[in-house]
Amino acid sequence: MYKVISREAIAPDTFDIWLEHPNIHKRAKPGQFLILRLDEFSERIPLTIVSTAEGRLRVIIKTIGKSTYKLCAVKPGETIADIVGPLGNPSEIDRFGTVCVIGGGVGIAPLFPIAKALKEAGNRVIGILGAAKKELLIMKDEFLPHLDELYITTDDGSEGIKGTVTVALQKVLKKEKVEVIWAIGPMVMMKFVSLMAAENNTLCWVSLNPIMVDGTGMCGACRAEVGEEVKFTCVHGPEFDGRKVKWDELIKRQYQYREEEKRAMEDYLKEMGGKNA
Amino acid sequence: MVEKFKVRMRELAPSERVNNFEEVALGYTKEEAITEANRCLQCKHKPCVSGCPVGIDIPGFIKALREGDIEKSSRILKDANNLPAICGRVCPQEKQCELACVVSKIPGSEPVAIGRLERFVADQNISLETAMKPSVNKRVAIIGAGPAGLTAAADLAKEGFSVTVFEAFHTAGGVLVYGIPEFRLPKEIVAKEVEFVKSLGVEFRFNQIVGRTIPFEEIKNEYDAVFIGIGAGAPRFMGIPGSNHNNIFSASEYLTRTNLMKAYLFPRYDTPVKIKDRVAVIGAGNVTMDAARTAKRLGAKEVHVVYRRSEEEMPARIEEYHHAVEEGIVFHWLTLPIEYIGDINNNVTGMKCVKMNLGEPDDSGRRRPIKVEGSEFVMEVDMVIEAIGQTPNAILKAGFPTVRLNKWGNIDADEASGRVEEGIYAGGDIVTGSATVIEAMGAGKRSARAIKSYLLRKG
Repeated sequence: MYKVISREAIAPDTFDIWLEHPNIHKRAKPGQFLILRLDEFSERIPLTIVSTAEGRLRVIIKTIGKSTYKLCAVKPGETIADIVGPLGNPSEIDRFGTVCVIGGGVGIAPLFPIAKALKEAGNRVIGILGAAKKELLIMKDEFLPHLDELYITTDDGSEGIKGTVTVALQKVLKKEKVEVIWAIGPMVMMKFVSLMAAENNTLCWVSLNPIMVDGTGMCGACRAEVGEEVKFTCVHGPEFDGRKVKWDELIKRQYQYREEEKRAMEDYLKEMGGKNA
Repeated sequence: MVEKFKVRMRELAPSERVNNFEEVALGYTKEEAITEANRCLQCKHKPCVSGCPVGIDIPGFIKALREGDIEKSSRILKDANNLPAICGRVCPQEKQCELACVVSKIPGSEPVAIGRLERFVADQNISLETAMKPSVNKRVAIIGAGPAGLTAAADLAKEGFSVTVFEAFHTAGGVLVYGIPEFRLPKEIVAKEVEFVKSLGVEFRFNQIVGRTIPFEEIKNEYDAVFIGIGAGAPRFMGIPGSNHNNIFSASEYLTRTNLMKAYLFPRYDTPVKIKDRVAVIGAGNVTMDAARTAKRLGAKEVHVVYRRSEEEMPARIEEYHHAVEEGIVFHWLTLPIEYIGDINNNVTGMKCVKMNLGEPDDSGRRRPIKVEGSEFVMEVDMVIEAIGQTPNAILKAGFPTVRLNKWGNIDADEASGRVEEGIYAGGDIVTGSATVIEAMGAGKRSARAIKSYLLRKG
């Protein structure tokens, strides 16, 4: 059992949660993730580790379906049944020169430890953070000390550049030579950043977020075609060179359970009398 | 004169059982068990025992049973086998103990139903004081709580060692909980057997992935000996074009969702599993049968098993195959899928197949399937489950960087003892590749014996 230490709403439907864990801070590295299972009835869901401290770890969760609603409804002091991690391979952090880190929506959270580590490794770090609108933009202030430059984009223009993260990336690439790009966010966003990176002949790490069950390489639910090879995201990734990912297939696979997810959510809301977390 | 046939075991009717996940085989009553026990000839040379990978004193437990001393019978079973309720249900007895049974050598006679009798005795829930040796001040780590690990853990605990099991999942059992379906092996039974192992003082640590959560080096430093029983791990995919279309699953994923995560009770349990009308399952092993019968129970209108060889080469247990046939599973022999066809939404809609002929025997001794030119046809399906076997998990190399692997990527361990290097032992599927539950238990048992003598010698 793992205790919830704190829970704070940082944007609409988005919660910043610290959990008690005896030893994950000793091992977790940027880019790695966890699998959480709330209780006996719950699914196993993957979540990236945002930060760690002595005896605890931090995740940021957006409520998009039954499982995330249930997780975000757990109050400080209450517990989560299972946490397993750190899983996946750490990000390949090195001193590259100038790097550009791009986060979209709730994908900004998993980008945070990577940006921080890149800065610490001595890189010039350009950040691009994008959201649908101003209210949904998370962690801006936390990123600032680890960035040399920051671009904000919003779909509706309520803050920063109006448009998607690729609009800002275009500006960056015109201005200077970027050695490596990191992009984390919705698959569609990662796809378009990867296309732009390919055009610019720049390595582009993306953190894939397909459906997972065990997260330990024993089922293949999270498989993705990367450079003509089938890879299991949980053990071979989650980071891959986005230029080599077969995106369209992966994006469609992500919606495989849409009907079931909708049904679970509707049933849950009915059970809760229409009240949310 | 010995009765020719085994006492029949009552089963749920096929029409009833395809609508639920209840156990199909209902077990013997006491009268039935004793009648069957009386078919045993009590041979002095006990060929059945040598057919049992864990060496149960079979005539012994049967004799106690027919004398009505179920406690004694249970004790004899548990002396050799820590998980008899499981073995009685899932062992391929026809290839092991029952194959050697003398009664089966009488023309027209079936062997004694050893598995069913073992199951009967185990199901009587006799609680026994286990004979425990005085505690030995040595610590053993077991990695993986599947059949091999549970067996090694229990045997070492009985010998007085302090045993800790590290398990990646949130519960113990390995393939017994994520792979084998409820209708063949109720999870309640597995939980009870695990409770027995716990009662011996074995400590379980869940959510522990060696190499990720905890480094192997740390375990090696902290424990006097280590047993690795992490299973075969990763599913193999055929890798034909279209393999990543939606609704194409590995049997591991499909069964893990259904069994471990209880997706058959969705939405009461949160994990979903796909339910489609026309399902094809590729392969013909026990996992294939499990996946096909699961699909039927989840509501598929048609379930097709597609296998590139013929009925004769099918590796599945004959009993499971019969159950599948009774439940309306359709079998397509000598058929090989060569491409999956999908629609614009990436959903699988069909499977291009080719017919096969059998040629000369290959390395496995089975006749090699050869494609028949011009025999391509399309089978319309809306879901595919590939059950073509497993390969060692990629996590293995990362998790155990110093452990020696063989050319198949499995751990290179001594066959008799499971010894890998000083203080490190391994057994079960991670050494042999996919095999049976009882073979894994046998390996766990042999390693426990070797670990015991290693630690006592080391002093």
